[in-house]
Amino acid sequence: MLQELFDILTFQSGYNTNVVLLGAGLLGTAGGVVGVFSLLRKRALISDAISHATLPGITLGFLVALALTGTGKSLPFLMVGSTLSGILGVLLVQWIKDNTRLPEDSAIGTVLSSFFGLGVVLMSYIQTLKSGSQAGLESYLLGSTASMLQSEAEMIAISALAITMLAVLFMKEFGLVCFDPDYAASRGWAVSKIDLLMMALLLAVVVIGLKTVGLILIIALVIIPPVAARFWTDRLGVMVAISAFTGGMSCYLGAALSALTPDLPSGATIVLTATALFTLSLLFAPKRGVIATALRQFSFRLKITRRRALLSLNKGQPTLSFLASFLLKREGVLNSDHTLTEKGQKTVATMSRDQALWNQYLSDYPEEAFAQNRWSLAMITDILPRDLINELEMSIDSPKKEIG
Amino acid sequence: MDLPLADFLQIDFPALLVASLAGLCCGLPGNFLVLRRQSLIGDAMSHVVLPGIVVGYLLSGTLDTLPMLLGALGAALISALLIEVIRRLGNVEPGAAMGVVFTSMFALGVLILEQTGASGVHLDVEHALYGNLESTLWFGLTDWSDILSADGLAQMPGSISRLGGVTLVVLLVIILFFKELKISTFDPAMATSLGFNARYISIGLIVMTATSAVAAFDAVGSILVIAMFICPAATARMWTDKLSSQIILSSVFALMSGCLGYLIAAFGPFLLGENYALNAAGMIAVVACLLQAFSMVFAPNHGTMGRFLKQRKALQEPAEI
Repeated sequence: MLQELFDILTFQSGYNTNVVLLGAGLLGTAGGVVGVFSLLRKRALISDAISHATLPGITLGFLVALALTGTGKSLPFLMVGSTLSGILGVLLVQWIKDNTRLPEDSAIGTVLSSFFGLGVVLMSYIQTLKSGSQAGLESYLLGSTASMLQSEAEMIAISALAITMLAVLFMKEFGLVCFDPDYAASRGWAVSKIDLLMMALLLAVVVIGLKTVGLILIIALVIIPPVAARFWTDRLGVMVAISAFTGGMSCYLGAALSALTPDLPSGATIVLTATALFTLSLLFAPKRGVIATALRQFSFRLKITRRRALLSLNKGQPTLSFLASFLLKREGVLNSDHTLTEKGQKTVATMSRDQALWNQYLSDYPEEAFAQNRWSLAMITDILPRDLINELEMSIDSPKKEIG
Repeated sequence: MDLPLADFLQIDFPALLVASLAGLCCGLPGNFLVLRRQSLIGDAMSHVVLPGIVVGYLLSGTLDTLPMLLGALGAALISALLIEVIRRLGNVEPGAAMGVVFTSMFALGVLILEQTGASGVHLDVEHALYGNLESTLWFGLTDWSDILSADGLAQMPGSISRLGGVTLVVLLVIILFFKELKISTFDPAMATSLGFNARYISIGLIVMTATSAVAAFDAVGSILVIAMFICPAATARMWTDKLSSQIILSSVFALMSGCLGYLIAAFGPFLLGENYALNAAGMIAVVACLLQAFSMVFAPNHGTMGRFLKQRKALQEPAEI
């Protein structure tokens, strides 16, 4: 099993599998790149409407192809059909949003359920035809790499490469429109055209990905990798690269896994691989990850506890928690019988002086102190400039006389 | 076309009943989802319950309602938690966080289904998508009076009693908590200042949504669940500004689309002289959306046509000075 997986992963199991894997990998890359922009433009769920809206197009394409050529499973007809009905879906979402009182989410839900419902009705009609070739259509729901023809895989690979290159080429334009459409418009950029190109690329990814991932789960390809990448970075270029890598890896690994288990829909394996990579990001990302966040919060708590304990020692009313006394003993501030060591007396004095300076800062410069989000959280000498501290020290030692 | 009464009662009547009940039980909470701009929670719910239902089925080994319902509710709660974590830590819009979670959960459901062989028995992916409205059969009915007889009731399909129960509970909750739901929907801050926590109410609404989704999911499939959460409420919103009339209207639209859609799917082809039936769940969704499309254009105050006529009339009238 492992040997087999290794063979598949290292492109040693036949030309057909290799092309499928390569196509899937490139598809994932394209989805990752395009998805970044639809995420940043806050349009992640439009792709849900697009993908469901392709079903009636697929079935109608099948019927037209059946009538014209005698066999329904003709890729060009299915692709044209799915593209057209995908476009119609996007336009309808936009029309509902602009012309009725319904918000965007209701518009998306309406379009996706009506188009999908229509597609399901048409599929049930196709099943009553005695053409015998309708079985292939089901693979568009949850994806199937097993039944993929070599020509299909090649087409997917080439289109995915083209989409990726286009998106990278227009990265600057897309980025600006995502972050600040008004500024882009004021600089004279055709924002609506750039938006249209982004939407077209999104639609293209959905259409070429239908066969591999299936229309129910294809949106995972343009949502999961960008959200995973968002955990690692705040820079657009880096985010696009990480997202492309995550998407490419998930599709490549997922397609390889599904080549081992042909009865499993490839969409599910691909999405779960993406989910696994996403979970890694969620847990281990350096700044935003769950572990990093938990550690940061914990060390913050330790800092606060230590500070409070030192201040309460200074006031001579030490009600120390277990955590606080443990910390202070380890630091050498407290003896085991809860009396201050020599070093402890110094530390307590420094801390109380620091707090006094912070308090003086608050009363002398209340607005600045409120804006200072680390007020009384760190040593004042680390944060405020020397001359300001000197001034605060002077006003503590010789308080100004009240006027009047 | 010749249709014996017994056939109608055993095959079509239960399907009509299930379609209507599913429409009501999703359409009622849908009103609040549409107003709160949370429509896509219905979409997400109908996907995330799949692994819960499958795990509930696998652990209990039966198709009883309770384990599946518990599994589905568990899945819904886990998803809600995950969505919140991803949204906060990742600093992404709620829609994207939802997209990550519901695709992952659905894929997990598909994987478990296909790997454990549960698919052969009763559950499979197609069933999860389009439900099995057509295979809801009520045996033993030969006449209308049989429905209320002891024998007839004993043979009532589980999905009808389950959906009926959930619909009743949903209706009761909405009537009892109407004021709270209304205020917290339109003005959460005021709700909190009046002393009831808007947060708890929105959690309660999500639990209600999950319960409705689970009850209807098994009978009619995810696609119809999504359509019924959104379309009837959105349609009713075109005709009225008053919440109570919106809820009543949306129930009417839900019932209309359920019955019309089923009848078209089941009998439309026969009337055209063909001998097959179309998928009923899909057709109901289509009918619901056609009703909505009609309302979006022709509703007097909020339809595009109605607004257009009003504007023209206003232009023709001499301006008051």
